[in-house]
Amino acid sequence: MQFIAAKRCKSKTLRIFVWFKIHFMDIPIYLDNNATTPMDPRVLEAMLPYFTNKFGNAASRNHHFGWVAEEGVDYAREQVAKLIGASEKEIIFTSGATESDNLAIKGVFEMYKDKGNHIITAVTEHKAVLDACKHVEKLGGKVTYLAVKEDGLVDHAELEAAMTPETILVSIMYGNNEIGVIQPVKEIAAIAHKHGALFMTDATQAVGKIPVDVNADGIDLLALSAHKMYGPKGVGALYVRRKGPRVKVTAQMDGGGHERGMRSGTLNVPGIVGLGKACELAGQEMEAEAKRLSGLRDKLQAALTVLEESYVNGNVDHRLPHVANISFKYVEGEGLMMAMKDLAVSSGSACTSASLEPSYVLKSLGLSDDLAHSSIRFGLGRFTTEEEVDYAIEVTKKAVNHLRELSPLWEMFKEGIDLNSIEWAEH
Amino acid sequence: MAYSDKVIDHYTNPRNVGTLDKASAQVGTGLVGAPECGDVMRLQIQVDENNIITDAKFKTFGCGSAIASSSLATEWLKGKSVDDAMKIDNMDIVEELALPPVKIHCSVLAEDAIKAAINDFRVKNGMEPIELEKSHH
Repeated sequence: MQFIAAKRCKSKTLRIFVWFKIHFMDIPIYLDNNATTPMDPRVLEAMLPYFTNKFGNAASRNHHFGWVAEEGVDYAREQVAKLIGASEKEIIFTSGATESDNLAIKGVFEMYKDKGNHIITAVTEHKAVLDACKHVEKLGGKVTYLAVKEDGLVDHAELEAAMTPETILVSIMYGNNEIGVIQPVKEIAAIAHKHGALFMTDATQAVGKIPVDVNADGIDLLALSAHKMYGPKGVGALYVRRKGPRVKVTAQMDGGGHERGMRSGTLNVPGIVGLGKACELAGQEMEAEAKRLSGLRDKLQAALTVLEESYVNGNVDHRLPHVANISFKYVEGEGLMMAMKDLAVSSGSACTSASLEPSYVLKSLGLSDDLAHSSIRFGLGRFTTEEEVDYAIEVTKKAVNHLRELSPLWEMFKEGIDLNSIEWAEH
Repeated sequence: MAYSDKVIDHYTNPRNVGTLDKASAQVGTGLVGAPECGDVMRLQIQVDENNIITDAKFKTFGCGSAIASSSLATEWLKGKSVDDAMKIDNMDIVEELALPPVKIHCSVLAEDAIKAAINDFRVKNGMEPIELEKSHH
């Protein structure tokens, strides 16, 4: 649907790109759009002049080259602000969501330390949030890491109970990167505000995929990244509320006082222009795209859960439209990925890591380690076609069945042996 | 991290997948690893009256390197005497499959599986199990 629309698009690069996508199915197929997304050719087109003739430093206030670059940045700031219902003065450009998360959490902790020293977050957050919180703890802060319910949602009552007069910030992600679960941010923000705390959200996976409105949702700080929404890597933004209340963060980098003093460093003009364009496109196409992708995702999920002993992880009613995280019991995720080598997906198994610990997100849903080891994340994207999804279904089914033939656990399950009754060797 | 050609070969065309009769006195079964760790190997040997391993089968739940390690182990076991089989060292598997350091535990598991299968066979046939040094993981 979108492709047909794209065919009529003015952009020649996109027309060629789409023609290729329709006529040739590229193998391997990319279904890991939560890790990163391919850049939209229209974004690239918007960026290109800023590498060459519009190369100026946006901070050069006294000549043409600086003004041209600044214009590009200003326009991008409007594009980003519009997508999340903010005003352009509330957008601080950064190098990506990790920096935005760090700036928000450490910056709020430093700025508001006279008011309190307590931060609340959840165990399923991205490492950028969790590790920034750990840093705050080293500086003498107190952090509560809320457990989540079996479906991955934060329990309102638990959040309410964790709030103290010392709480300055509640940081809960919008959409989860591993399971796609969407938190009820509006309700969470209301609880934070009732107790006088700020509400921050890491919306890296959500912005550009589902409608996000900082005012309707009551968000005070929001982290986003370009490369998760068909923009370039190495650029992102932090939304910092200016009115009701006026939020401030302490800069984490000293320098020329760029970005209203919150983030020094010469602006990445081409990247920022790309982020702006990506936001504009997402705003225009998000609704149709979400519909198309959730349709394809549901098709994939329905076809794969026909397989015996396969389970969808996380809440399916509050979920990003393009994600499905499925565990195929009795098959190990990394081994499975090897059998699906024509598909680029991701697994909650961590056979390669020294710790051999599977995904902490899946474990915090209460999944047993063996189910966490058996999980595969499928992340569809703007350029995923139905043909690719059909192919992915076939490849995955074949791989699961093949590996189950090789699996002693599957054989025991089929013989009716309770795996919990076996005394497994120390390993 | 890319897999070596030999791992890919064993993974794509695993040798000796299957099940031998666990109840038979000629068959030794070793089941090692644990589902929570993401690795379980079951290795079986069939031994004739001359103490020669005439057949070996495996099934493995695990990553590609774990599957390849057990597949290779069964290939090496066939035709060997039980005594020689005891001498298979995990580092031989590491070398043959060019396993990277993070995958060495897969070869350790394969060595453990061989020894567990031999001990099962010994116990079934009235012999003392061989004392195994505490495995190195």
